[in-house]
Amino acid sequence: MAETVFLVAVGLAAGALLLAGIRFARGPWAVDRTVALDAMTIIATSLIVAFALLAGRRIYLDVALVYGLVGFVGVVAVARYLEGGL
Amino acid sequence: MLAIVGAFLSLLGSAFFVLAAIGLLRMPDALNRMQAGTKATTLGSILFLLGIGLMRPDFLGRIIILILFIVLTNPVSSNALARAAHAWRDRIGLKMTPDALAEAEAEAAALASSTAEAASAKPTSEVQHDA
Repeated sequence: MAETVFLVAVGLAAGALLLAGIRFARGPWAVDRTVALDAMTIIATSLIVAFALLAGRRIYLDVALVYGLVGFVGVVAVARYLEGGL
Repeated sequence: MLAIVGAFLSLLGSAFFVLAAIGLLRMPDALNRMQAGTKATTLGSILFLLGIGLMRPDFLGRIIILILFIVLTNPVSSNALARAAHAWRDRIGLKMTPDALAEAEAEAAALASSTAEAASAKPTSEVQHDA
């Protein structure tokens, strides 16, 4: 029961990642792509934690933390570049 | 029991992820997309990660650190993205009739130029005084 519901939740999150990827591909401006990249980073961090649960290994939690950190720094760097302050 | 509650919390969180993605696809301009894409994913990731933490209580410490990290950093990146969209508002075609940030930037620029004029006027008056 819990396994099935959780697998449905992971599938929905992966679908949300794909939908945000469509916005990332279509643009039309760099700001829109960066907004989509920010949402995709958060969803991918959650999916990495879900993979840690499914694989049963704690090390993927650290991977998720580092991925979230790198994604945050990347989004802020691109946003500051688009603003013209970098 | 705890596992079932956690699984349904994760399902609720991924429903918020799907809503955020639909908002990203269907909202009309960049600021509206940012509104959908950052706030809904923050709430969705909190619910999704708390659900996983309830399913495996030994993951809960790292998951709370991750939730705190997302709650602290997502508004910061949202703010940077909003300033970027504001800097591109003419090219993108955003309609911003009450634009407080542009007024504040114009005021700051006017203040800076007036202080620069005062600073440059001071030595010239001294030069005139010497002459």
